[in-house]
Amino acid sequence: MIIRRLARYWLIPVAVAAWELVTRRLEDVPYFPPPSTIMVRLYEMWFSGPLSRVFLTDEAIADLLPSLGRLMVGWAMAAAAGVALGVALGRSRWLAGLAEPLIHFGRSVPPSTLLPVFLLLFKIGTPMQLASIVYGVVWPVLINAADGARFVDKQYVETGEVFRVSRTQRLFRIILPAAAPKIFAGLRLSVSLALIMMVVSELVGSSEGIGHRMLEAQSDFDIPAMWAGIVLLGLLGILLNAVFVGVERVLLGWHRASRTVAR
Amino acid sequence: MSITRGRRGILGAAGVLGFLVLVEALGRLGVIDPEVLPLVSTVLVTTVEIAFEGAFLAQVGDTLLACVIGLAIAIATAVPAGLLLGTVPVVERSVRPLVEFLRPIPSVSLIPLAMFLFTESTDAKIALIVYTCAWPLLINTMYGLSDVDPLAKQTLRSFGFRGLSVVLRVSLPSAAPFIATGIRIALSVTLIVAVSVELIAGGGGGIGNFLSLASSANRIDRMLAGTIWAGLIGLAANALFMAGERRLFHWHQGSTS
Repeated sequence: MIIRRLARYWLIPVAVAAWELVTRRLEDVPYFPPPSTIMVRLYEMWFSGPLSRVFLTDEAIADLLPSLGRLMVGWAMAAAAGVALGVALGRSRWLAGLAEPLIHFGRSVPPSTLLPVFLLLFKIGTPMQLASIVYGVVWPVLINAADGARFVDKQYVETGEVFRVSRTQRLFRIILPAAAPKIFAGLRLSVSLALIMMVVSELVGSSEGIGHRMLEAQSDFDIPAMWAGIVLLGLLGILLNAVFVGVERVLLGWHRASRTVAR
Repeated sequence: MSITRGRRGILGAAGVLGFLVLVEALGRLGVIDPEVLPLVSTVLVTTVEIAFEGAFLAQVGDTLLACVIGLAIAIATAVPAGLLLGTVPVVERSVRPLVEFLRPIPSVSLIPLAMFLFTESTDAKIALIVYTCAWPLLINTMYGLSDVDPLAKQTLRSFGFRGLSVVLRVSLPSAAPFIATGIRIALSVTLIVAVSVELIAGGGGGIGNFLSLASSANRIDRMLAGTIWAGLIGLAANALFMAGERRLFHWHQGSTS
């Protein structure tokens, strides 16, 4: 079973090996170092630290931790704001009508155009990056939460009313769970967006972080370090997505179970 | 539906107006320092003004041209690749994990690399747009092909059509709405990528360049005005594309809903 699963991925090692062979043979491809060189640089730069610090080097602590911290905090802030606003909009036609054009416009603004504005308002540093991440990430959460909260089965809500379930309980026991699958769809989209906004905001205005390190590597002509950043960000993307899918499966298990029974 | 279209329009307009008045009032009352964030009225006046500035229009033109070229190259490469991957199962099964592996790499992390590879920053911009747009196009094309009615394919085969002509006559048309969805997703990211590259690489013109210039002159009103135009352009592009999609694929929507 496991072997067959792994066999599906045969092309990945083949592609990496081909890249290694071609770049070693050609030698004059400065911008595409062999994968082995990149991995060595990745290891030296960030993961060759002492055991007591989970192998993280000083550079890793200076680059990776601030980036990841901002990613998490920014994402959490956007998720909280998006769900709260989205559910409010989904439950009130009147409010949704008022806000609709503003929301359509807000999400159409490419978040990168606001980077220089945030940079002027907040100066270089964490608040500027948090603002960029929150702005870039909040829209899919908000729109999906509003959609989910709008189309809650009337019977659920009416049953709640008949049993005199209080407003707050109705919100937490009926509306939020019913909207949860949609909310999670939005949150999932927003995870990869948060990673993108984290990188761009660090490339535009930061004095530390993975993006800043990559820019430094670029100006130092340290090509393997630049590639190490790309590889790390790719792995981070895969990891974040996998973690999210896992959490979703645990939290929404009841939803899928109820669907399969109904069928 | 108790709220009619007309009432929704009025409500929406009231929402926009209310928002503008509120922010203006906050600025005038000094809650938001107008020195830090300019008044809404100032920003709106600047928004109208820059629409008549030749330099700004040229920058917008630069960005849009790069977006169109990038999107066109992405469609011309990713859609045929998706057709190939989607119709030959062996290839699909082998390549899909590789695709799943490459797709999570945030395209913006390739900006420093692209700045090395392309001496002209316009080329770097176009290359990154192509890279970013290629993934949703590829995935949606493959997904659309897996949704083709097998009966239609078999019917065509029994009439003696073979290979490529089946793909072009059945698979491509029935995957077309999915490809269109891919294009719409790609469309929404082109501007983000284009402006990001313009901001970071510099020297290539475009809206990003306009923003950098306004930033170094400390003109937040001009930056916000540029942002408003970028948002309006995004809004218009999406609306136009969706209208086109509805016209072209009304048969598809009719058959599914």
